[in-house]
Amino acid sequence: MLAPDQKLPRTHRVDHLLIAEMVATGARVLDVGCGDGALLQLLAETKAVDGRGVEISRERVNACVARGLSVIQGNADLDLVDYPDDAFDYAILSLTIQATLYPKLVLENLLRIGRRAIVSFPNFGHWKVRGQLLFTGRMPRTDNLPEPWYESPDAHLCTIIDFVDLCDRVGAVVERSAAFNSSGRQLPSRAPLGIQNLFGEKAVFLLRRRSVF
Amino acid sequence: MTETRPRDVLVTLEARVAEAQRPSSPVVHFPADRPLKLDCGQELAPFSVAYQAYGKLNAARSNAILICHALTGDQHVANVHPVTGKPGWWETMVGPGKPIDTDRFFVICPNIIGGCMGSTGPASINPRTGQPYGLDFPVITIGDMVEAQARLLDHLEIPDLFAVTGGSMGGMMVLEWAARYKHRVFSAIPIATAARHSSQNIAFHEVGRQAVMADPDWCEGRYLEFGRVPKRGLAVARMAAHITYLSEEALQRKFGRNLQDRERRTFSFDADFQVESYLRHQGSTFVDRFDANSYLYITRAMDYFDLAAEHGDVLANAFKGTKTRFCVVSFTGDWLYPTRESKEIVHALNAVAANVSFVEIESDKGHDAFLLDEPELFSTVRGFLNAAAEKRGIALPEKR
Repeated sequence: MLAPDQKLPRTHRVDHLLIAEMVATGARVLDVGCGDGALLQLLAETKAVDGRGVEISRERVNACVARGLSVIQGNADLDLVDYPDDAFDYAILSLTIQATLYPKLVLENLLRIGRRAIVSFPNFGHWKVRGQLLFTGRMPRTDNLPEPWYESPDAHLCTIIDFVDLCDRVGAVVERSAAFNSSGRQLPSRAPLGIQNLFGEKAVFLLRRRSVF
Repeated sequence: MTETRPRDVLVTLEARVAEAQRPSSPVVHFPADRPLKLDCGQELAPFSVAYQAYGKLNAARSNAILICHALTGDQHVANVHPVTGKPGWWETMVGPGKPIDTDRFFVICPNIIGGCMGSTGPASINPRTGQPYGLDFPVITIGDMVEAQARLLDHLEIPDLFAVTGGSMGGMMVLEWAARYKHRVFSAIPIATAARHSSQNIAFHEVGRQAVMADPDWCEGRYLEFGRVPKRGLAVARMAAHITYLSEEALQRKFGRNLQDRERRTFSFDADFQVESYLRHQGSTFVDRFDANSYLYITRAMDYFDLAAEHGDVLANAFKGTKTRFCVVSFTGDWLYPTRESKEIVHALNAVAANVSFVEIESDKGHDAFLLDEPELFSTVRGFLNAAAEKRGIALPEKR
């Protein structure tokens, strides 16, 4: 846990920097699973957003609030239903969807309460993951998936292709997507989905609701 | 009649009644032609509001923080209490360099109406009879208390508040302020509170009131006229209430089954156990500083509080359109105003997409935790207020 007056490290995660690039200046943002508040702080500093966070860990919530961020203790599975439609310009789920109990419901709520949704997740289709499963016959453990399966908070892991399917199923339009390889470099955006799915270790999606008209 | 009372009772009674009727705090008198319209339909006029203030109001009048005190609290937040001689009840929180920094903010705490430290209450003189109001005082609500505070701020020409905060009943007033005067509240910190009183809380209050009213010295509420004090009844009320402010763990840790100044049980009804002696002490010191009728009126106001009921039974409606920044705080060991009650407030605020932070602080000290040395509470309040002050453009204090 960060001490209240402790500054966050100046090096930002690549997926956070990309999210910050996607968000419009001055937007209303909800970061679901905001952790230590690093993304919210980055968005506040670089995009002057009106940011809110939801975080499941009490210690992290308290540290966020003590640092001046608007964060509540809550749970993506249970607490998103409270928010009204279009309450935010962006509803963000950063490396959290895989830890929810009902990812589809969470994504639907995200698209409902945000005019745009931004979702990032570890890609289970990455070649290292596939290789480990193929050659060891055991659940993969990588930098993104560090815990053994019985201690992992990740309940619903998916691949980039799986996620694209889910977007289609819940009526989300992918406005932009990006995948990062294991050295944190963004893969060329015109690379085919199959390539992104093989070489992307993390993915970030910018989504909006499919228009009903 | 009075010569039959022990002298120490008289001294404290005199000091207390003097504070109720001629307080040492600054007082604003609102004349009879400017009545306070009460929720019960009656008007209170004339009426007075006593308050304490700390720090300096800035030129933009943008740095005022209103502190709302709890049931048995008063305006003496951060100064020596004029009756008990004890330090202010929130000196850990309020003062120069403290989380509510009086070098940066102008802090004001009024005594609630219905109280007994200088704002109009049942111990004040009823201008119609020349005697203390007693039970002729109208039944008041949390909303009425807030209305009186708003009148005080109008008088002091404080257009809006940078922050409103308070614990327990003070938290109820914070919520009422945020609902009633959305444009006047920049940020709000309700602590260890609820948007309505639970059945259990009403039940505890009823026990306390019945204890007061069963005391023959209560004299149907007219004890001040007869120079008497319903000491035993009020002490029992306080003893029962005090248990609800603690937790089983805190009591067990502090007292266990330890005996008080004795080696063995006395086979009597003396205070054999330390916990008994402690409660008796709590009861007897309380009656020296608090008015029994005030206790009846204020507990009633808390029982009547139900913010959702005032807004079509939907709590979220109370906060519709709010721009206030909220920081809701609860404590894990508080069973009187448990975390789930705070969560209901948070859910309602989320439902209107309000700017809300919510912190649950781990403490086994029970409801009283909000008054105690809880570092996480201090860092929460400090962080939240500093961020909000930056948003509002309130200058940092000069270097100390």
